[in-house]
Amino acid sequence: MVTDGATARIPSPDIQRMVTWVRANLFSTWYNAVITIVLVYGLISALVGLAGWVAQAQGWPAAFTNMKLILAWTYPNDQIWRPQLAVLFVAALLGLSAGVWRGVVQLVAIGAALTAGILAVPAIGLPEFAGMVGLPSWLALATSVALLLLGIPIGRRAGGWLRWVLIIAWITAYPIVILIVRGGIGLPVVETKLWGGLMLTLLLAISGIVLSFPIGVALALGRRSRLPIIRIFCIAYIELIRGVPLVTVLYMGSLLLPLFLPGGESVDQFIRAMVAVTLFSAAYLAENVRGGLQALPAGQTEAARALGLNVVQTTFLITLPQALRAIVPLLVGQSIGLFKDTSLVVIVGLIDLLGAAQNVVGQPDWLGTPGGVWRETFLVIAALYWVFSFTMSRVSKRIEDSFAKSRH
Amino acid sequence: MSATLQGDDIIICEGVSKWYGSFQALSGVSLRIARGEVVVVCGPSGSGKSTFIRTINRLEEHQVGRITVDGIEMTSDIRNIDAIRREVGMVFQQFNLFPHLTVMQNITLAPIWVRGRTRRASEARALELLERVGIAEQATKYPGQLSGGQQQRVAIARALAMDPKIMLFDEPTSALDPEMVKEVLDVMKTLARGGMTMVCVTHEMGFAREVADRIVFMDHGQIVEEGTPEALFANPQQERTRLFLSQIL
Ligand SMILES: Nc1ncnc2c1ncn2[C@@H]1O[C@H](COP(=O)(O)OP(=O)(O)OP(=O)(O)O)[C@@H](O)[C@H]1O
Ligand SMILES: [Mg+2]
Repeated sequence: MVTDGATARIPSPDIQRMVTWVRANLFSTWYNAVITIVLVYGLISALVGLAGWVAQAQGWPAAFTNMKLILAWTYPNDQIWRPQLAVLFVAALLGLSAGVWRGVVQLVAIGAALTAGILAVPAIGLPEFAGMVGLPSWLALATSVALLLLGIPIGRRAGGWLRWVLIIAWITAYPIVILIVRGGIGLPVVETKLWGGLMLTLLLAISGIVLSFPIGVALALGRRSRLPIIRIFCIAYIELIRGVPLVTVLYMGSLLLPLFLPGGESVDQFIRAMVAVTLFSAAYLAENVRGGLQALPAGQTEAARALGLNVVQTTFLITLPQALRAIVPLLVGQSIGLFKDTSLVVIVGLIDLLGAAQNVVGQPDWLGTPGGVWRETFLVIAALYWVFSFTMSRVSKRIEDSFAKSRH
Repeated sequence: MSATLQGDDIIICEGVSKWYGSFQALSGVSLRIARGEVVVVCGPSGSGKSTFIRTINRLEEHQVGRITVDGIEMTSDIRNIDAIRREVGMVFQQFNLFPHLTVMQNITLAPIWVRGRTRRASEARALELLERVGIAEQATKYPGQLSGGQQQRVAIARALAMDPKIMLFDEPTSALDPEMVKEVLDVMKTLARGGMTMVCVTHEMGFAREVADRIVFMDHGQIVEEGTPEALFANPQQERTRLFLSQIL
């Protein structure tokens, strides 16, 4: 039935454009039309099926009751306020920074808020472990979402001084977080063998990305060095690491390091894994950076040298900044890879996000639940990995766009 | 001419030879250039013009002969090389501006990092130079946002910001669209009339006729002939020079 309103309304240009697009791309020929209809039908039935399953699945409480295990694994219950404090500290920093710098930082803050939200909302009101000293997991997560989102308008309104406070805070953030979580100086030490879950994944991935960056850049520069000893060392290192899988490097770090290094057995497992991940990532990063450097026209170096800039100034003011800009997509892709690859640390006995989820699923408590709880739990974990990776690739896109603007 | 100004020669090349592997690009090039002199270097493609001009600031290393710039001998001692580069500005065919820096940053980079000047003084000087090359309003743009002629004028301003005693130009107008050649040549002419010592590789013979004190004709890595523009254009002594000039004039 056609009403007056519908006939009278002129389709807006957007809708017209959409109709044209659909006609041109999805229904251009009879077989394209058939393919479109079949695929749309398949997609819709899959979505309906998923929605139906999500609604009736029994395992949701399981996925969220053990939130603390997934977030922090066996970190002592009576100390749980410490990682919570660290998260809230970083959330506040990130939220305010998003307000001050906007753009890319804001994307990261929203991604982080989404992550915390995915975990917090379904866990509201579910029971927690006895003896927890701190906020209930869902409340800690919800608070960090609030800090992330509230920080944005506050940061926008604040004066320029906040910028400097934040820069200093970010520089000191990593040691502060490690200090809070690990202890020392007044706080009881929590051994890294008790760490795990999302906390471990994040700490490993972030240390890997942050630490491998200077090492990778140094290796890339060393590979182009005029001094044969430096060049040969860098080439040997890069090619050796690139020739073996991460698993091997992890094993080497965890099993061989103690044999080679006097006192190596006293270096704890987390640091060994961190070193392995960092050294592994650095080799790949070095090759990306080298590619970026090689792509630069020789005229850039010549112009810099002709102006009287020395080799160090030419590298850090002219060639390296341009090379790094050119390879932002590669760097982000590598970071996403590293973030996901940290799940391999399970084989050297660390329990990361995935490992924690696996353990939760295997608990005897869920024997009574028909079909087990693994689907629900892993769906949550997959969503977490996806939000992280998707946020990072959006960030990459945004950075590329902003560089493109400065060039044309 | 060079004989009378011997004591004031700012660039002295004596028997300079250079090989790329087994290929000899320069064979015993000797040339003295006086303070304030404008020398145009021309010659067929591959004759070694770029190679020669680039040995003057050590972008290319010569293997035989002596080069002395402003009293400093060019040796492999990096301190001598750096000292010479501070006094010699260079403008390239492809501009070679730094695309990640604004026009202002391109110009102030070397004065700040090499000469140790303050940012404020360097920026004031940069604005003055941009005014001189006629593009003061472009200071905050990036090189990619400028036309070729504007980019080359920024490149000239960038070299001048170091207050060099000598300016080297390697085909500064060859990569430009015809309508932009004039704006760059005009800047170069003003510079020449202002007393700057200049060595220009160029085929712009109008420019040579107007401001050059001397033209040097090169072929096969050697200086074939040199002289004032009037003498060389009217009455070239060598067959090769005659042939070359008949092709480009
Ligand atoms: N890096 C290099 N390696 C090997 N040969 C080179 C190199 N650079 C230049 N040559 C050779 O040296 C000779 C002189 O080159 P040069 O660039 O100085 O010529 P040019 O006179 O500037 O020519 P053009 O007018 O085409 O710029 C040429 O034969 C060239 O092929
Ligand atoms: Mg040339």
